[in-house]
Amino acid sequence: MTTTAHEQAGTTAVPRSPAGGADATRDPRRRPRPGRLRRASLPYLLLLPALILELLVHLVPMVIGAVMSFKELTQFYIRDWGSAPWSGLGNYRVSVDFHAPVGEALLHSFLVTVGFTLLSVGLCWLVGTAAAVFMQDTFRGRGLLRALFLVPYALPVYAAVITWVFMFQHDNGLVNHVLHDQLHLTDKRSFWLIGDNSFYALLTVSVWKGWPFAFLIVMAGLQNIPRELYEAAALDGAGLWQQIRRITLPSLRPVNQVLVLVLFLWTFNDFNTPYVLFGRAAPDAADLISVHIYQASFVTWNFGTGSAMSVLLLLFLLLVTGVYLALTSRGRRSSRA
Amino acid sequence: MAPPRSFLWSRRIFLTLLTGFVLVPVYVMVSSSLKPLADVTGKFRWLPSGLTVRPYIDIWSTVSLAKYFVNSLVVAGAATVCSVVIAVFAAYAVSRYAFHGKRVFTVTVLSTQMFPGILFLLPLFLLYVNIGNATGIALFGSRGGLILTYLTFSLPFSIWMLIGYFDSVPRDLDEAALVDGCGPLGALFRVVVPAAIPGIVAVAVYAFMTAWGEVLFASVMTNDTTRTLAVGLQGYSTQNDVYWNQIMAASLVVSVPVVAGFLLLQRYLVAGLTAGAVK
Repeated sequence: MTTTAHEQAGTTAVPRSPAGGADATRDPRRRPRPGRLRRASLPYLLLLPALILELLVHLVPMVIGAVMSFKELTQFYIRDWGSAPWSGLGNYRVSVDFHAPVGEALLHSFLVTVGFTLLSVGLCWLVGTAAAVFMQDTFRGRGLLRALFLVPYALPVYAAVITWVFMFQHDNGLVNHVLHDQLHLTDKRSFWLIGDNSFYALLTVSVWKGWPFAFLIVMAGLQNIPRELYEAAALDGAGLWQQIRRITLPSLRPVNQVLVLVLFLWTFNDFNTPYVLFGRAAPDAADLISVHIYQASFVTWNFGTGSAMSVLLLLFLLLVTGVYLALTSRGRRSSRA
Repeated sequence: MAPPRSFLWSRRIFLTLLTGFVLVPVYVMVSSSLKPLADVTGKFRWLPSGLTVRPYIDIWSTVSLAKYFVNSLVVAGAATVCSVVIAVFAAYAVSRYAFHGKRVFTVTVLSTQMFPGILFLLPLFLLYVNIGNATGIALFGSRGGLILTYLTFSLPFSIWMLIGYFDSVPRDLDEAALVDGCGPLGALFRVVVPAAIPGIVAVAVYAFMTAWGEVLFASVMTNDTTRTLAVGLQGYSTQNDVYWNQIMAASLVVSVPVVAGFLLLQRYLVAGLTAGAVK
């Protein structure tokens, strides 16, 4: 997504400067030197508010976080964290010592998150794409259905997830009522929000909440495929299924490149869904990394270790994103040539 | 050419199942919010034993829902307005000017999108507390701090989408305005912004939804007086009894503004995404 935005910005910005120069020379009295100076600084002035906010809320905290990860920052130093003693790589050593409890729990949480993210992103993408492709042509009720499908995405996370919490209740929930009382699929009522089942509960909620975003993006992507392609294919005798396989899906590749990456990052970092679903103590089987770090920091008040874990998480995401963009961009270039 | 039967049947089956999957929680939310308490504490029932609007009356007194509602409105509203204005300026600069550091700016801003929220939470918490101690400006626990945080969260995506949208507005339009004697800001507000309204609406919807639904920062950075709905709604389940009918009623009440707004404006969002993000 970085490259797309930049390519656009880069290509369109080039013709501007000669035009601006010509403008300035055409009427030198109207645009004297101080005016030109102001013109040169104008883009920076326009960017200034965004820049200040990004610095204050994103970049400075990130640097602070990196510094914190080298400190022994426990509850005693919260008021004046500058005075906390340095601990070198101590926090990192604790985090990645997979034989000790802290490191072992982190590794477990990391693996759970990887598995959860792959499944959730895969399902969201699959369902979203299928729905968008099926709804490409008009049919009766299409508009209504489209609005309906966007409801899970539009609902505030907590309202949606809290409804699922109710549905997953052991005694009075809908899921057990259907599976046990009505379909007799289980011998007894299952627990969904504790134990091993919690993983599937989390996955269900995550897909329910996430697929409409894929649907929305793919739908927007489909509108950019030229009609003529389909008409030409139809003239050549290609059936509808073939058109979908040969035209629709390949044309969506650039959209998918961005979509899958965004879904991956959002799902991997998701805090809201597990936090509302399970509360502060997530069950082992669904111990996503964000909640795990949150607990490691705010429940035990050990900010140093929490920061070290966050930095490790960021490094991992940077690595994955870099490799992903390198691989998919090369694939795109070679397929275009 | 009529689609083949296999396509029609697959479509029918797939869309029916999907509609069920999407609708069941919505049905549970709506129906349970109209049930008497006995219906939601005992075994689940598809149909209520009787309909009542009591939950919709009780939600306002069980927790201070009205207060949380106002807090959420103020925070999300202010964050949206500021975010849109700031994103319009930034996107205009990137779309229309060549300047040093443009690449660094866009790449940096966009890459913040991938950072885990948990990474900022601890440092931002400390930063706000320390700014408060040093200057007396209360950011931690205040609405202002939350507004600042949320508006920055929606900035990267908003800027990115608006750059794409502004690029699709013909450059001749604002050059004509410049020749006619408009300043650059005049060209922005008289020509570019009106032409990019769908994109701006889409960005505003996104910013509002981001702020309205955020849980992580709201749970750490608010106190009793500034608590937002995201945290406030948890109040119904910390009681001795879990008033599920009231929880569902409250969830519905807090969802209606965003869902209604989103569905009304979704056309703009799709148009905005088509022109800006997905190009």
